[in-house]
Amino acid sequence: MLWIIPALPLAAVAINLLLGDRLGKRGTAVLACGAVLAAFGFALRAVLHLASLPEHERHLTELAWTWMRVGDFSVDVAFLLDPLSAIMVLVVTGVGSLIHIYATGYMSHDHSFRRFFLYLNLFMFSMLTLVLASNYLLLFVGWEGVGLCSYLLIGFWYHKPSAADAGKKAFIVNRIGDFGFMLGAFMIIAATGSLDFDRVFAAAPHVFAAGGAAVTLATLLMFLGATGKSAQIPLFVWLPDAMEGPTPVSALIHAATMVTAGVYMLARSHVLFELAPATMEVVAVIGAATALMAATIGLAQNDIKRVLAYSTVSQLGYMFMACGVGAFGAGIFHVMTHAFFKALLFMGAGSVIHAMSDEQDMRKMGGLASKLPWTHGTMLIATIAITGVPFFAGFFSKDEILHAAFASGHKGIWLAGIVGAGLTAFYMTRLYVLTFRGPSRVSHEAEHHLHESPPSMIAPLVVLAVLSIVGGYVGMPFQEGGHLLERWLRPVMESGEAGLVHHEVSRGTEWALIFTSVGVALFGIFMALRAYLWNPAMATALRQRLDGVHRLLENKYWVDEFYHAVVVRPFVGVSEWLWRVWDAKVVDGLVNGAGYTLEGGSAILKLFQTGYVGTYALFITLGVIALFLHFLR
Amino acid sequence: MGSLPWLSFLIFFPLAAAILVALLPRGAERSARLWATLAAAIEFAVSLPLWWRVVPGVPGFQFEEKLAWIPSVGASYHLGIDGVSGLLALLTTFMSLIAMVGAWTAVDKKPREFYALLLALEAGMLGTFFCLDVLLFYVFWEAMLIPMYLLIGVWGGQRRIYAAVKFFLYTMVGSVLMLVAILSLWNVQKQFSGVPSFDLMAFYAMPMAPASQFWYFLAFAFAFAIKVPMFPVHTWLPDAHVEAPTAGSVILAAVLLKMGTYGFLRFAMPLFPNALLQCGPWIAWISIVGIVYGAVVAMVQPDMKKLVAYSSVSHMGFCMLGLMALNSQGFAGSMMTMLNHGVSTGALFLLVGVIYERRHTRAIADFGGLWKVVPVFSVIFLIVTLSSIGLPGTNGFVGEFLVLLGAFKTSFAWAAVASTGVILSACYMLWMYQRVVFGPVTHEENNRLGDLTLRERLVFAPLLVLIFWMGCMPQPFLDRMQPALDRTLQLTQQRAVLSATMAGLAPPVFAPRETPVPAPIASEVRP
Repeated sequence: MLWIIPALPLAAVAINLLLGDRLGKRGTAVLACGAVLAAFGFALRAVLHLASLPEHERHLTELAWTWMRVGDFSVDVAFLLDPLSAIMVLVVTGVGSLIHIYATGYMSHDHSFRRFFLYLNLFMFSMLTLVLASNYLLLFVGWEGVGLCSYLLIGFWYHKPSAADAGKKAFIVNRIGDFGFMLGAFMIIAATGSLDFDRVFAAAPHVFAAGGAAVTLATLLMFLGATGKSAQIPLFVWLPDAMEGPTPVSALIHAATMVTAGVYMLARSHVLFELAPATMEVVAVIGAATALMAATIGLAQNDIKRVLAYSTVSQLGYMFMACGVGAFGAGIFHVMTHAFFKALLFMGAGSVIHAMSDEQDMRKMGGLASKLPWTHGTMLIATIAITGVPFFAGFFSKDEILHAAFASGHKGIWLAGIVGAGLTAFYMTRLYVLTFRGPSRVSHEAEHHLHESPPSMIAPLVVLAVLSIVGGYVGMPFQEGGHLLERWLRPVMESGEAGLVHHEVSRGTEWALIFTSVGVALFGIFMALRAYLWNPAMATALRQRLDGVHRLLENKYWVDEFYHAVVVRPFVGVSEWLWRVWDAKVVDGLVNGAGYTLEGGSAILKLFQTGYVGTYALFITLGVIALFLHFLR
Repeated sequence: MGSLPWLSFLIFFPLAAAILVALLPRGAERSARLWATLAAAIEFAVSLPLWWRVVPGVPGFQFEEKLAWIPSVGASYHLGIDGVSGLLALLTTFMSLIAMVGAWTAVDKKPREFYALLLALEAGMLGTFFCLDVLLFYVFWEAMLIPMYLLIGVWGGQRRIYAAVKFFLYTMVGSVLMLVAILSLWNVQKQFSGVPSFDLMAFYAMPMAPASQFWYFLAFAFAFAIKVPMFPVHTWLPDAHVEAPTAGSVILAAVLLKMGTYGFLRFAMPLFPNALLQCGPWIAWISIVGIVYGAVVAMVQPDMKKLVAYSSVSHMGFCMLGLMALNSQGFAGSMMTMLNHGVSTGALFLLVGVIYERRHTRAIADFGGLWKVVPVFSVIFLIVTLSSIGLPGTNGFVGEFLVLLGAFKTSFAWAAVASTGVILSACYMLWMYQRVVFGPVTHEENNRLGDLTLRERLVFAPLLVLIFWMGCMPQPFLDRMQPALDRTLQLTQQRAVLSATMAGLAPPVFAPRETPVPAPIASEVRP
């Protein structure tokens, strides 16, 4: 009954389309949330069933129908539930349900309420297809499907040109990644004859030489796909612009679920990636570089959602860092905790924006803590969770990643991670202080409308706040035989020939690592409090002193401008040239010129140039007859 | 249908209907579209059994009809179908009906002649797909040209005469070369077997010295390449499409272009396999250039119809690339792309026609913000756009994926460069979609646009069903085409080997990398 999990939201889409406006707002909300909650229920039941099985049997597949079978190649529409997809499916349906409920409140005044939930349910369908697919091609269906929904939802307020532009940018940048994914898939077919996960991973160690060119290229191409979907260097540029979409979309798609698809795909393909150490190094370095770069940009942004967007890019970098150093489980762990606290942060930000009459600039906020007590409390928890303060969810997963980087000998990656952690603590505390603390900078008009959000929006925040606290305990360190999550994922992660390499470090080193990362985080928090709360003059002074750096960060290293100048503009120029010069002048010039040449070349022939097609046809026919006679002889 | 001449009926029924419609009394002009559409509907209904009566696994051709035509030269009226021509014929009857209902209100000028020509065109197209005699093929191939020439030249836009003449002459140049090749080939065949014949089967049975194949292949390939159209002989297409009336554009895109690829598959490739092996990589690269070039140029088009026309150049490049891959996946992908392109691009031209009828402009800049005004139109436009850019789950993806997979097996570079078409198609289609549908309403006139009428919705409904059906469950289509495609591939290979051996040369090696057989997985090994 796995198929029913993605089918439920799809059915809701169909009903929504069929009934149309007859549903009414309430009906739409009930239908959309009901479908996703039901999907969560079915997912929970399926996962509980999975957990009741003995460890080596936790691998349920289900064939729906044969998708295409051509010659020696065949691919099915089939689903797979194993411990890895179980985590993803629970996170997607669980967090998804909460965000759906939140959105009923957030979008309640929007004219296109029905269209919004239509897209949102379509997204759930695609995302569930992605995580439950049992082969790369069906995964790709979900992969492109979530991209489409992302396109539609970013451009939801389509009458705003910036929103429509952002949607298109997201889709096209993702397509560049998909190009890599497709070629990677072809290489896998060429080597293993299949795209089915089971077959590919069973065959991979036999058909790919470990560290060989084929598997390295294939995994690099697939990683290109992941950099598109999960907003890593060089394809990260679409995610910050994606904040043009409604905030529940940012929470669901651009924080909790879709953007983690790249990490999921890497974890799913860990057998292949482990055969390609060179790719793993690339993944780790790209992840670390992205984490650092995005964190530094986050320092200098003033739009609350943009800070969170760069924070997401940065945290995704951590997840890839984990994959790159071989700790795929830690990457998935961070996917999960990040889904909790980042969804909470976005929804909290949404609650703030809602209260502030759509103001997103943090310079016009401040002192909101007393006005929005629930939003403030839950967001404080999420902020603490993401900064890596001990005993909150983010601490456990981030620490595991840093530990894995250090233990596997990637000292440079580890250092980048530590610096990134400090930066994260700084910009998140800055966000918190600028929004909720200090003197109020709220405009008079906005002040007037300031209100706490309705219960439909607050309730999901509270649930996620609880999860942001306790969600990390599945990954308590210092446990014999690995922690709960590690044991749960073991059947998936140890299926590869290479297996999971355990790098043990001494207890003392482990403690030292924890203290270092916690110390750095606390230092970041302290600095931000000093600069923005206790002594606001310091922030101004700092900005003036480092004016060049600040401009660089504020303008996001001018990457967008660079791409525009180097890729977009020349490309449009070449297109114009090809059309106006090559097509119209050269080819058509030759075609039309053929006639003129004849005309000018012979005065006699000119007499026959009547301009009637019939005459031309006559001569052509005569010519043919002549040839006919020649051959008939 | 047993021994009844089903295929002949399918060809001559629309022709008869065309004559009757043309002869309608002067006062009854209004009813021309009704009678013509009725005829097209009957034709479609009669052609429907092609779906289940054509048995894919049966070798050779089915429902064959053979009558002497010009016995002295061995030309015969020989018809027959297999999985490939069966599906293309269904596409033809289906899209002809769609085009007619779609253009219900578009034509005021000389409706009798317009609908008669559409029906005559349908007859010509079906004849081209059905005939198994090379001379007969040429006759149908040329006959098809005339109705389309008139449709563009009489009912077209402002530059219709230029476009019609360009269309006619371009195609003529190619087909005349083909005719020369056909006649010369006939001569060779006569010397080989002693019995003059234009029958395709006779040509299939005749091995040809590899050295002599080259010029024949080139003549055929040139004619077909113009029709496809392949870069750089594509420049007639944008002009023809822009000037043609909507129904003409739909038929032109949906069926006429497929004549080119069908010609390669049925004639040029199996008849001259050694020349094909020699030229194949070149043609593949030209196709790839076409894929990229069509997409790149589509991007900067200010006219929606021209944009769709250039996108056709790109899509048809995929069809040709699949054929040149010379393996099962490439062939099946190419054939799927032919059908997909017929459905999706046909739908795109209909959509452009819908707003052209309302606003009398096709310039992208004249629109914007249509979502608010015409939501149903916008949703359908979106789905068709996504199908055109090959979103998984829609028909476009299946074809493109199989073509690229087939191409990959032959050459990594082919697939790598051609795959950029996937990125580019998203760029130009979504950019156009955004400019037309998103944003604020920039032109006051657009505020009064009416959304799709019931008739228009009925036209698009079956197209949308096909888009998802062929995308999610393409197997019924694949099952119908594959045996015929595989036989064509085998025939090509056998003839290549035979021809080379007869000429005392080493047989050519067909070495597309075959997929390794997937290793059994644990669950299958376990008892």
